[in-house]
Amino acid sequence: MKRREFVRIGSTATATALVGGGLTTRWFGLDRAALPQPGTDGDRIVPSFCEICFWKCGILAHVKNGRVTKIRGNPRDPLSQGHLCPRGAAGAGLLYDPDRLKRPMLRRDARGSQVFEEVSWDDALSEVARNFERIKREWGAGALVLFSHGYGGNWMKHLFKAYGSPNIAEPSFAQCRGPREVGFDLTFGSGVFSPEPTDMMNARCIVLIGSHLGENMHNTQVREFAQAIRNGADIITVDPRFSVAASKSRYWLPIKPGTDLALLLAWMNVVIGEGLYDREYLDQYGYGFDQLRAHVAPYTPEWAYPRTGLDPDLIRRTAHVMAGARPATLIHPGRHVTWYGNDAQRSRAIAMLNALLGSWGRKGGFYLPAEMELPPYPYPGYREQGAPAADRPQPSDYPLADELLTQGLCEATIPGLREQPGVKGWMINGSNVLTSIPNPAQTRKAIQELEFLVTVEVLPSESAGWSDVVLPEATYLERCDELLVPAYRQPYVAVRQEVVPPLYDSKPGWWIAKELASRLGLGDFFPWKDGMEYARERVHAAGLDCDVLQRDGVILGQLQPIYFEEGAPAAFGTPSGKIELYSQRLASLGFDPMPTWHDEDVEDPPPGYYRLLFGRAPVHTFGRTANNRLLSDVFPENEVWVNARVAAHWGLKDGERVYLKNQDGVRSTFSAPVKVTERIHPDAVYLVHGFGHTAKGLRVARGRGIDDNELVTRYKVDPLMGGTGMNVNFVTFVREADAR
Amino acid sequence: MARDRKRYAMVIDTRTCVGCSACAIACKTENQVADGHSRVWIRTLTSGWYPALAMTVRSERCNQCTDAPCVRVCPTGASYYGPGGIVLVDPDKCTGCKACIAACPYGARFIDPATHTADKCTLCVHRLENDVPTTACQEICPTESIHVGDLADPSSEVSRLLAERDHYTLEPEAGTRPNLFYLR
Repeated sequence: MKRREFVRIGSTATATALVGGGLTTRWFGLDRAALPQPGTDGDRIVPSFCEICFWKCGILAHVKNGRVTKIRGNPRDPLSQGHLCPRGAAGAGLLYDPDRLKRPMLRRDARGSQVFEEVSWDDALSEVARNFERIKREWGAGALVLFSHGYGGNWMKHLFKAYGSPNIAEPSFAQCRGPREVGFDLTFGSGVFSPEPTDMMNARCIVLIGSHLGENMHNTQVREFAQAIRNGADIITVDPRFSVAASKSRYWLPIKPGTDLALLLAWMNVVIGEGLYDREYLDQYGYGFDQLRAHVAPYTPEWAYPRTGLDPDLIRRTAHVMAGARPATLIHPGRHVTWYGNDAQRSRAIAMLNALLGSWGRKGGFYLPAEMELPPYPYPGYREQGAPAADRPQPSDYPLADELLTQGLCEATIPGLREQPGVKGWMINGSNVLTSIPNPAQTRKAIQELEFLVTVEVLPSESAGWSDVVLPEATYLERCDELLVPAYRQPYVAVRQEVVPPLYDSKPGWWIAKELASRLGLGDFFPWKDGMEYARERVHAAGLDCDVLQRDGVILGQLQPIYFEEGAPAAFGTPSGKIELYSQRLASLGFDPMPTWHDEDVEDPPPGYYRLLFGRAPVHTFGRTANNRLLSDVFPENEVWVNARVAAHWGLKDGERVYLKNQDGVRSTFSAPVKVTERIHPDAVYLVHGFGHTAKGLRVARGRGIDDNELVTRYKVDPLMGGTGMNVNFVTFVREADAR
Repeated sequence: MARDRKRYAMVIDTRTCVGCSACAIACKTENQVADGHSRVWIRTLTSGWYPALAMTVRSERCNQCTDAPCVRVCPTGASYYGPGGIVLVDPDKCTGCKACIAACPYGARFIDPATHTADKCTLCVHRLENDVPTTACQEICPTESIHVGDLADPSSEVSRLLAERDHYTLEPEAGTRPNLFYLR
């Protein structure tokens, strides 16, 4: 008897006895089971670009019955190439977060008590406009500050420029990549920016200094890193922690924290001393080589050994590997580089080592990115900005800062710290200042001094909790934003468009900015009907078809030469027009014209204390994703990484919960489990940044893990550009039992 | 039970896998996996002492065994070999007895709290058997470390990778003959 016949007979026979008798045959496994059909393919697939981190990968959002079921990479998009990181794939976890801000709210109790009343948009916007008008009348437009982060912030920046305030700042400069931009600009006449023009997929040697690619999950960058591994590139990783990248490396240099500049100087000593540099390249493009040769002569690997803890032979050998692969050697500039207060000089040393190896503008080093020509929207000119930016005590301070300093704007808000009248109002949009700007006690103090604080946010963040007015913003999947026109390998334009209409009573940033502008008499600056009309006009002005852009998500431009050897112009925006190994500009400003090691810059931890280091997990973007239920399932809280010998000394068990207390006696609000590991230098402990949320409304994230930022009560300000070196705090352990 | 000639296999390159968990998230959203559970997870294995260390990072899931203990122990026939040898669970037949969970040497199964039936990786059979050549985890993987294909076809990418590269399976002593391979 054939199986199918048997089944048929069986079901017929039992059907007389049992209602719905299919169960009986299925029970014995005799019929063919239906294959699982999860049915998550969209009936509509909408291209856009991601905002869960700031890399801006092209996505395809699947929408089924009006609901976003899944998010995948857009294969046409040059950044995602059809692939996404976990955060990008988890965008629906933000969109459908039940804790989202739903309606505009006005504060109804003391600041920070997180007691609000829901009001209409009209009431909320009128309250904001009334305060903006009053601040401008009483104190001037410069008394209003915008803290922003992310692509949606462009609408608010435009509003602030129209309003007349120069005080627009993002933590991405002084708390993150600022030193790198300054160090590279001083050397090559150009910053690095994002996406970094690192040609990893063609590199034969990659050097990572504290850069934990793979854990720091910028999609294309990690894709190229993987390609480099497949190509057999030699990877050298410098990190006090055995990072994932270190585990993929041919050489791991477990450096003593804080001494990276000493290693870089020793590498330059070897490369110059042994004649391994690119002589032809430097003859053609370099400036100040002889000064550099004399400068680095004393910085031998033997000199570096007691400082860095690295074997001089290992320093030499890795210098040889780098030089052997030049010019396809990439010493990666890193991204979050505000560590020790000498960061711009350390970044400059990285730039200079790249210059010695001839990698800038060369295949396998740094390519020269190309950008699509897209005319700006024909807005009326911004009004004259009366006052200088308020972020510095004197305009001459931190002379190389080319963006504003967030911590400086906090200081300018606290009366008595500055001579000027000071800052009276803030708008916060997409930037949780209490967890991103160091010394949050000072930030809180500034907030308490404010006359007015409005937050435009998706989630009830800590900053929203301190606000007078909270405006619920639509997520990136529910709104149109400024067009993306990045400088990259290939010029292109990408569109962010509404995938689904905004949930609740949330509104897109363009609408909020436009409505505020019309209440402030600045309607001329928002002449378009909506964000998409704005985008369409810009696309049409460039002679492109916006329907194609909205259908495909991207329009690619013509490939252009991106290496010197392909004919890209070797032009350097430095004063000498060359690659400056010696910087006259630094000398004239009274700084070291070439990076110089100062032993007193590195402090050792006090007995019983460990240097607090922090970094990223691939699953999270700062503190922005800790409440995302998809992501928190995978990575619910951070752990305190403790070297196994240190843990044994303290009797700490793996998984035991501890609080951390810093050198100033500040104890973390919450505890986190100890991760006993061999993977961290015994002088340091490590946390993934972005946990320990205190906001009541973040029902998943609240109370999970330790917020590293509340332990960063000290920071060392980079004298060149005002970056806040944050890896200068030391912590010790407080057991849960002792914490009560 | 008769099987078709195809033999689906997954090959994961541990050299390039950074353990980012994109596979886990893509799987969750593709297959609507229950909150608090995952069919795919990351394992990190460290050996040595600071600073002489080595580490393997890999994405793990059901091993799609040729001799699957879960199928052998299942009292109702709910666990079965589907197309290309993919081990599947028929939720209509599963009683949630958890014998398969106890039998699986890889910890690949869990009880879906909504259906009270066993759940695990299906190798995205709904895609592979419907002309979508990738699993969700493979499609998303930023480092392109995940490969899926037919081992019965010697010209397939998975066959070629296993022919060219040093590889291993998990818990070989369990005798399950996994179809999930890791490249060293």
